[in-house]
Amino acid sequence: MGQGSIDSVVAGFIPLLDSALLVVAATRGFAEDQNIDLRLIRETSWANIRDRIAVGHFDVAHMLGPMPIAASLKITTLAVPMKAAMFLGLGGNAITVSSALWADMQAEGADEAGEPGATGLALARLVRKRADAGRPPLRFGVVHPFSGHAYELRYWLAGVGIHPDRDVEISILPPPLMPDALTMHQIDGYCVGEPWNTLSVIGGRGRIVTFKEAIWRASPEKVLGVTDSWAERNPDVLHRLIRALMQAADWCADPANLEDLAGLLAGPEFLDCTPAACLPALRGRLSLGREGPEVEADVFRVSGHEAHCPDPRHGLWFYSQMVRWGQTGFVPAHLPLVRAIYSPDIYAAALGIAPPALRSADPGSRFFDGVPFDEAHVQDYVNGFAIRS
Amino acid sequence: MTPALSILVIDDNQIRASIIEQGLRDAGHFRVILVHEMDGLVRRIAEIDPDVIVIDLENPNRDRLEHMFQVTRAVQRPIAMFVDQSDAGSIEAAVEAGVSAYVVDGLKKERVKPILDMAISRFRAYSRLTAELEEARNELAERKTIDRAKGILMKTRGISEDEAYRLLRKTAMNQSRKIIEVAQSLVIASGLLGD
Repeated sequence: MGQGSIDSVVAGFIPLLDSALLVVAATRGFAEDQNIDLRLIRETSWANIRDRIAVGHFDVAHMLGPMPIAASLKITTLAVPMKAAMFLGLGGNAITVSSALWADMQAEGADEAGEPGATGLALARLVRKRADAGRPPLRFGVVHPFSGHAYELRYWLAGVGIHPDRDVEISILPPPLMPDALTMHQIDGYCVGEPWNTLSVIGGRGRIVTFKEAIWRASPEKVLGVTDSWAERNPDVLHRLIRALMQAADWCADPANLEDLAGLLAGPEFLDCTPAACLPALRGRLSLGREGPEVEADVFRVSGHEAHCPDPRHGLWFYSQMVRWGQTGFVPAHLPLVRAIYSPDIYAAALGIAPPALRSADPGSRFFDGVPFDEAHVQDYVNGFAIRS
Repeated sequence: MTPALSILVIDDNQIRASIIEQGLRDAGHFRVILVHEMDGLVRRIAEIDPDVIVIDLENPNRDRLEHMFQVTRAVQRPIAMFVDQSDAGSIEAAVEAGVSAYVVDGLKKERVKPILDMAISRFRAYSRLTAELEEARNELAERKTIDRAKGILMKTRGISEDEAYRLLRKTAMNQSRKIIEVAQSLVIASGLLGD
């Protein structure tokens, strides 16, 4: 095809490991193969990502999984109807605490290998002792109120009896500021995507205590966000972009490319860190502390339909947490909207496959506390939790 | 007569903030408060209780600020972004110019739009300032930022100025970063959290 048939796509991203598919598609020829000129713009806040996609500066964006839902249900400002056209990977986040807090948690019997139940119960004992001693509540950082990070941290805390709004304080901080905030004792712990956990571990400043994969197995993290209006006007471009991103995913998943990928992501125009900080997550082996232990952790799972095909059940779980934590009231009419936002249809059409073939194993039975998510009874599910807003 | 609106301008770029302030004063708005320091920002907003908040889009505080508007009791009145979501043209122009505005719910569009328009035009004007000016400012700001980071460390860790500088340098070296980057991150985080 000639020059004239190349479509330009502008994508916003936040410097995180899971921007990898966009970075690789743009720089390793996969977008070009689909006649797409993919231009990436790095942003400083999720609010900017939301605003700039809403006004049309960005055609697509690297977005937190719950963001398209919050936008479509009009529970954020600059709300426009959106779709999560594909997942940009599974896993991703981890929870890191300061070395001092880890020492206290160890004394309470925290699990060295990051098992969320035992580690969480150790933290819960510590939280109660601190309250009894009149010490200030522990402070945790997350990246955004409408994020997997916020919901995973809250799910874990609440699951071990810690009320996330009453027993601890949760603040919002941008990912790159987390490690320094921990070092300077401004927060005691945080939930963030890689490499911002490993950076604290490498520096001997923090300890990873558990990770998203252990709290909610095989769950989506970032999505390719797209406004309904852009998707409807550019169906063919969107399909080609998804194909390019799937090829980028296969490239990322090939162990032969890991060093190259780490070097690429670490570059000043992307994450601006050291390749060594990116490698543990890319290899799927996280070192929880500076002296280990190293654990198998699917923190960057890409390639294959399960890692990329939107599933309405995941969207409904995010919605259930919005209700649980008081971000929205439960409205039955929201349910079909959420299902549509997380519909596999665009993805399936892009790859020329039938959506039913994409249904994975039940994602609702994969929580660390064993509580099953019943997608047909979202309100009952939320009401079943003793701890909620 | 309607009471004068109080307008809070949050921009760590002092030159640009002054340009906006001047523009607003020229237009008859005398209750303009500039905030460059991110220290204790939430508390300051609660004290000032502004009708309109103008903030630059580069500011990494935006996610935190919006969260605060949603959940804390520090802000007495509900705050919404822009005045009217149906005014797509203004919103787009603002984002294009690199500025965002939050207004107290219930304010009339006619009262807020001139303020937003002013902020937009001044942001654009600022973008046209020479790169030379920018460079000189950055150099000065870097030195100031490192001094502030040292001050924060001396206060929070109870260490000397030399030790604070060594801690910054060591942190930077361990992570193969520049001292100014570590200092910037520390100052911003301190502002975000020191409420």
